[in-house]
Amino acid sequence: MSPGRPWQPAASLATLRLRARLLTAIRAFFTARGVLEVDTPALSVAGSTDPHLDSFVTCHAGPGQQQGQTLYLHTSPEFPMKRLLAAGSGCVYQIAKVFRNGEAGRHHQPEFTLLEWYRLGFDHHRLMDEVEELVTTLLAERLPLAASERLTYREVFKRHVGLDPQRASVTELAACAFVHGIMPPPHMPDANPDPWLDLLLSHCIEPKLGQGRLTFLYDYPASQAALALVRDGDPPVAERFELYINGIELANGFHELTDAGEQRRRFAHDNQAREANGLRSMAVDENLLAALAAGLPACAGVALGFDRLLMIAAGCSSLTDVIAFPIDRA
Amino acid sequence: MAIYTTNEFKSGLKIILDGDPYAIVENEFVKPGKGQAFSRVKIRNLKTGRVIERTFKSGDSVEGADVMDVEMQYLYNDGQFWHFMDPQSFEQISADATAVSDAAKWLKEQDTCQLTLWNGVPLSVSPPNFVIMTIIETDPGLKGDTSGGGGKPATLETGAVVRVPLFVQTGEVIKVDTRTGDYVSRVK
Repeated sequence: MSPGRPWQPAASLATLRLRARLLTAIRAFFTARGVLEVDTPALSVAGSTDPHLDSFVTCHAGPGQQQGQTLYLHTSPEFPMKRLLAAGSGCVYQIAKVFRNGEAGRHHQPEFTLLEWYRLGFDHHRLMDEVEELVTTLLAERLPLAASERLTYREVFKRHVGLDPQRASVTELAACAFVHGIMPPPHMPDANPDPWLDLLLSHCIEPKLGQGRLTFLYDYPASQAALALVRDGDPPVAERFELYINGIELANGFHELTDAGEQRRRFAHDNQAREANGLRSMAVDENLLAALAAGLPACAGVALGFDRLLMIAAGCSSLTDVIAFPIDRA
Repeated sequence: MAIYTTNEFKSGLKIILDGDPYAIVENEFVKPGKGQAFSRVKIRNLKTGRVIERTFKSGDSVEGADVMDVEMQYLYNDGQFWHFMDPQSFEQISADATAVSDAAKWLKEQDTCQLTLWNGVPLSVSPPNFVIMTIIETDPGLKGDTSGGGGKPATLETGAVVRVPLFVQTGEVIKVDTRTGDYVSRVK
């Protein structure tokens, strides 16, 4: 017996009751809109290829798997949900526990709850409308909110750090960081602007976004498309968005890529980036690629960090205030 | 020498940066939506005490600083250096004015102090939280005043000046809190 062990929940019971109320409200919101709740597996034969995500890996040994089968805990339920869409499910949502190794801090936990949903026939603008409706409904009466705003990635960079993120050179981005009091970290790449954009965004811009309101950032550089459609233009932009409230990133959405060939190229590109960073390349999800080849209907999808939303609703400043048993008590 | 990755960063960890020893004051994990993760740290320069901010890419590593705190007995000042002795090994170490800094006025021979050493060289000296010292000079207080209200300056044997109650006189021994410089009590 060790009386000093932190067996009690980290979150207050009042916050856990609020958590339950918000989950009920989310389900009511989607039920009223005819969006189907689904439940897809947390384990997959394929891990995430995203160069900035590290999947937990485990081993399944049992009947039929006497050699042991490597399985990964999902970092989001995106791929199986897209397989359901391709199978004709219609619009779907899911409230899922997801797992990201190496992420721990005030606004990060290696295990957290994601609300993810897909809307057929929506583009990213229409989906932003729906995200706004849901989030303002959930936060109503808990937090006074000014009118929401939508700004392109390019506009926020021009506004807050005074440069064009899609035209600036790495030298200009590094100089800009320095001018804003950020000593350039060691070992930053000199040919790839994206980590520099991430540095400026996370240090100089994000803390100013969504102060007392919902701020949507949209139309990202094509190099940061992830799984979003890229729209031709000069320069081309990814039809991707993120939502911020009080400087906290809350959701990431895409007008979804549906082309299997392009998806395969992005996986390969991800794996090249992983290897360049000294990370293991990951087997691609052939089940997803087969579903895309069979036909994913045009859609938009978004993943929203439920714990962060609850943190904002409860007026807390750390995820450990809203999770019953965060990783240090797991 | 130890090498620490950003995963090992926590408050109190000692690292070397640009040739100087630093202690991590605060570490924040920062990661934009789908991008590069960073460790954003506030660090205190152990030579100057100045706190600055730095950012590292997650997974990067930095060299650890061989910094440790040791208890040592203060021996004497030779006009340039302050000399201390390890009470176990009797090994002696000298600290310069930069390391001793404001602690100088609280150093009384044979008192036990805490020295922060970097590669064996003193970076800073902390006096005991409480010191007992003799008053060498203070104005005679008003007779019969025992309230302690108001107070007056008193110079101690080390040259430190503290405010003491009016009833405390030259030649008396008092206890002082070195963290605040406040008079605590008379000592019989």
